Amino acid sequence: MIAAPHLSLADLAPLLFVFGAACVGVLVEAFAPRESRHPVQVAVALVGTVGALVSTLFLAGAHEVTAGGALAVDGAGLFLQATIAGLGALAILLFAERSLDPARSAFVAAAAVPVGSPRDRELATSERVQTEVYPLATFAIGGMLLFVAANDLLIMFVALEVLSLPLYLISGLARRRRLLSQEAALKYFLLGAFASGFFLYGLALVYGATGSVQLRDIRAAATAGGTDVLLVLGLGLLVVGLLFKASVAPFHTWTPDVYQGAATPVTAFMAACTKVAAFGAILRLLYVGFGTSEWTWRPLIYGVAIVSMVVGAVLGLTQTDLKRMLAYSSIAHAGFLLTGVIGLGPGGTGSGLSATIFYLLAYGLSTIGIFAVLTLVRDGDGEASHLSQWAGLASRSPVTAALMSLFLLSMAGIPLTAGFTAKFAVFRAAIQAGAWPLVVVALLASAVAAFYYLRVIVLMYFSPPSVEGPTVGVPGLPTTLVLAITATATLALGIFPGAVLDIAQRAAIFVG
Amino acid sequence: MPAEGLLAWSWLLIALPLAGAAILLLGGRRTDRWGHLLGTGTVVAAFVIGLLGTIQLAGLDKKSVGVDLFTFINVGSLDVRAGLLFDPLSAAFVLLITGVGALIHIYSIGYMAHDPGRRRFFAYLNLFVAAMLLLVLGNSFVALYVGWEGVGLASYLLIAFWYTRPAAATAAKKAFIMNRVGDVGLALAIFLMFSQLGTTSYAGVFGSIGTLAGGTITAIGLLLLLGACGKSGQFPLQAWLPDAMEGPTPVSALIHAATMVTAGVYLIARCAPIYDHTPTARTVVMLIGAITLLIGAIAGCAYDDIKKVLAYSTVSQIGYMFLAVGLGPAGYVAGLAHLYAHGFFKAGLFLGAGSVMHAMNDSVDMRRFGGLWKKLPITFVTFSLGYLALIGFPFLSGYWTKDAIIEAAFDRGDTLGYVLGGVAVFAAGLTAFYMTRLMLMTFFGPPRWEEGVHPHEAPPVMTAPMIVLAVGSVGAGFALVRAFPLGTWLAPVFGEPKETTHVLAPLTLTLVLVAVMLLGVGLAWLFVGRREVPVIAPARVSPVVRAARNALYADTVNESLFMRPGQWLTRALVFFDNRGVDGAVNGMAATLGGSSARLGRAQTGFVRTYALGMLGGAVLVAGALLAVTAG
Repeated sequence: MIAAPHLSLADLAPLLFVFGAACVGVLVEAFAPRESRHPVQVAVALVGTVGALVSTLFLAGAHEVTAGGALAVDGAGLFLQATIAGLGALAILLFAERSLDPARSAFVAAAAVPVGSPRDRELATSERVQTEVYPLATFAIGGMLLFVAANDLLIMFVALEVLSLPLYLISGLARRRRLLSQEAALKYFLLGAFASGFFLYGLALVYGATGSVQLRDIRAAATAGGTDVLLVLGLGLLVVGLLFKASVAPFHTWTPDVYQGAATPVTAFMAACTKVAAFGAILRLLYVGFGTSEWTWRPLIYGVAIVSMVVGAVLGLTQTDLKRMLAYSSIAHAGFLLTGVIGLGPGGTGSGLSATIFYLLAYGLSTIGIFAVLTLVRDGDGEASHLSQWAGLASRSPVTAALMSLFLLSMAGIPLTAGFTAKFAVFRAAIQAGAWPLVVVALLASAVAAFYYLRVIVLMYFSPPSVEGPTVGVPGLPTTLVLAITATATLALGIFPGAVLDIAQRAAIFVG
Repeated sequence: MPAEGLLAWSWLLIALPLAGAAILLLGGRRTDRWGHLLGTGTVVAAFVIGLLGTIQLAGLDKKSVGVDLFTFINVGSLDVRAGLLFDPLSAAFVLLITGVGALIHIYSIGYMAHDPGRRRFFAYLNLFVAAMLLLVLGNSFVALYVGWEGVGLASYLLIAFWYTRPAAATAAKKAFIMNRVGDVGLALAIFLMFSQLGTTSYAGVFGSIGTLAGGTITAIGLLLLLGACGKSGQFPLQAWLPDAMEGPTPVSALIHAATMVTAGVYLIARCAPIYDHTPTARTVVMLIGAITLLIGAIAGCAYDDIKKVLAYSTVSQIGYMFLAVGLGPAGYVAGLAHLYAHGFFKAGLFLGAGSVMHAMNDSVDMRRFGGLWKKLPITFVTFSLGYLALIGFPFLSGYWTKDAIIEAAFDRGDTLGYVLGGVAVFAAGLTAFYMTRLMLMTFFGPPRWEEGVHPHEAPPVMTAPMIVLAVGSVGAGFALVRAFPLGTWLAPVFGEPKETTHVLAPLTLTLVLVAVMLLGVGLAWLFVGRREVPVIAPARVSPVVRAARNALYADTVNESLFMRPGQWLTRALVFFDNRGVDGAVNGMAATLGGSSARLGRAQTGFVRTYALGMLGGAVLVAGALLAVTAG
């Protein structure tokens, strides 16, 4: 007879909110009349995400392992869950925007209809919209919340799949340029399955070496006999699977294609939330599972951080599509984040954890903001994401250009923006952990990457506008709200970062 | 001690003119009609506040009042608190700046009445007054520096006020750049103080300066002197001041005669505690003063431009002040008294020159003046009083103050003292010569006016300030030396005046000086007054006159010593920048761009390529981990 594990429902509140909302969303999809489906779905998804956000606030200070050791409820986990839930709510708002696209949604009316068929052409102009995207996204958010709380490799794998499968699907739901979108979804799926394979194989090896899938048992085994080949190989493959999700080079190749192909609100969602979730899992795996044998993974993370920063910075230089450029930017940022991971410091004394979770928050907010600006600038075929179309935009739409500049400056890490505070925090953590060569590379990469951010600003302000330039749409309430929140937060975290840094500092603790 | 009563409001002294400048500059055309009245009003109000503050200060036991304003810079160990210091020295300057400033603002109402840029003019003048007051009221070297740069900016803007004239634009640039040379000295001195003492406040620096090594104190003293030379037009940075006369005449009177150019004297007097520790730097101050007073007097003899003669006279008179403050405790009071008296009579002389120019269609060529005493009676009388005060006519201002400096020089008692005193006496004779020449060419003799010139007396709004200043020219010297001795007033700053034994009997010196002055006047009468003045300056002249006409080749020296090497250096740097720096930067950009394009080819769009890349990465990761574990 197997005793039921102890389960603290209160500790699971964030997860229950989101998964509950996702299940309700499926029911709504099945039973609600078509015309009322969209507002109801949006409301359900928002209730779920905002509820999760609020419940993490109530849980602040919790520090325990529950569900038979499978789930950890601790400061860092809750901070990341709050970040994911908040960013997820913002992304849902972007999904819900109905005034920008002439067909009133960024999502396709019926995803199963073949591209170019008469039915497809007919639906392209109709105002019908696929509302499955809301429960799918909510499931993905639930998976992410579980991912950063998983204290057990099996649960981590399940969470990985729960967050990934809906993402593959919603990548293919763009209303415009449908073939590109579907191609992106397929590529993402194939490579994601490949990466999951690595993760699963790593899991099996680790189990073989330690006889357990729980992080605390792995930690004990790693402390006892850290040189076990099986264990080390298992660690490597697990990390590969996670680095793929975090789009760290050399496991980044899917990123530009998927960012470009997916509908822009989906890209915003993926770029912000997936990054947070993946780094949350990396941090927990390395700090909790392998925290005592950091000398094993340190050189590895060191190396991939450098590769990722260099690849992201250098390849971004020649991009002509804004969404692809931002994809390389996210690869470079993944490298900067790994710089923070290095800042664990001997015996876990470093400020790496607090710096990294602050960076994730700052980066997520700026990312959602910048993709929200991208949805505003449009031509006849959807978003005008080619660089040349942004020339002289400032004279036509000064507010849009100013917002774009703010987010770009934050991405580049210019002082008085969130990006600067975040970079400063992770670099400081890395230097305190003695990794100054890594910081030198990071600074050089930042300088190179600054070129392509600033180029957009120069283009917007100092180039003559093109004759057949794009139109700048007037956003509805949801996008306006997102822009206001992200812009304010980006500035606030740059000018008065003290309070949030303090929260990150106090939250930066993993239950062992 | 902290300020109480009215003195706590002394920040208004700076705030009022600053607000005036801001309103006039930001208000634009809307303020055109009443802007000049506002500008004048703020300065008059500042004068009243300054006067009442000084009266309150006179009644206090401890004559040094601090006003804390706010924390200006707080970085690391650098904590600069902005605050004001109201003591007898700054009070004296406040009264001079606001008093003469107010008079010149009033005069400008008339002088600039028909200028389209009148509002801008008053805005700049207000800006100048605010910056100058900050300079003398600040309680730290950083505050002084802010004011120092502020007056530099105002001076630049006002010299180039008629910026469409190439000469004015060039002169402004010249003034700005030469001042910059001095400013670097001042900045370095402040850096040195901070690095050695960890503070920049007067109290902190003067309190602990004695703990430094002698060489460091001398370095600070010399760097401060470099700053003072730039601002005050002293050798070797004197060449900008005569050119600055391209600005409107009230500017010449206020900034380039009475106040700003005396900032160097203020700086050295304020830093008396520093110079007390470094006799070397003090001697250099003295020598600079002596050299400059001679250069200025010689150049003043040869120019035909009425404002340039007055400008060289200013250079020369400030040289006297530097000589005085370089003499140490014996000379501070004499130098400052001369500064005060000079402020009155030189401002009066410039305003008189402005009145003459006003009458002569803005001509400045004295060879085309002559016989103006009948046409401009008020100007003539006030100008004459300023003239007599300047050449040291007995019992007028210059007689009291300049003689005191020469006396103090002789009182050193050593060879250097005799040499410096002798130079000062000789230059006093030259002063009498060039000023008499100016008087004769301008007001006497037959008229040599250009056609269409109909001289007329200026309106009362212009003559009234001239009259007030003329009264000052007559009485300031006696008042400051005998009636209300400046030495007693400044005693809290420089210590009680000491009884000194005179090397030369005062009466002997006075008689010598009067004789030298009369000799100068007589020679001028012989060379200028007796003969007819040619309308065109004679070309065939002796080498001495030619050298004097070229201001002893100061510009040539500057050009060959600084400008040409500077230009070569610039060219070399531009070359290096284009080929070296830009080459490296462009090369790097090209490399990065190229590698970006090459690396980008790996992004084929095929899933199989991507998967292969991931597999390769995973193999590398596993290999690296195994290598680390094995190693």
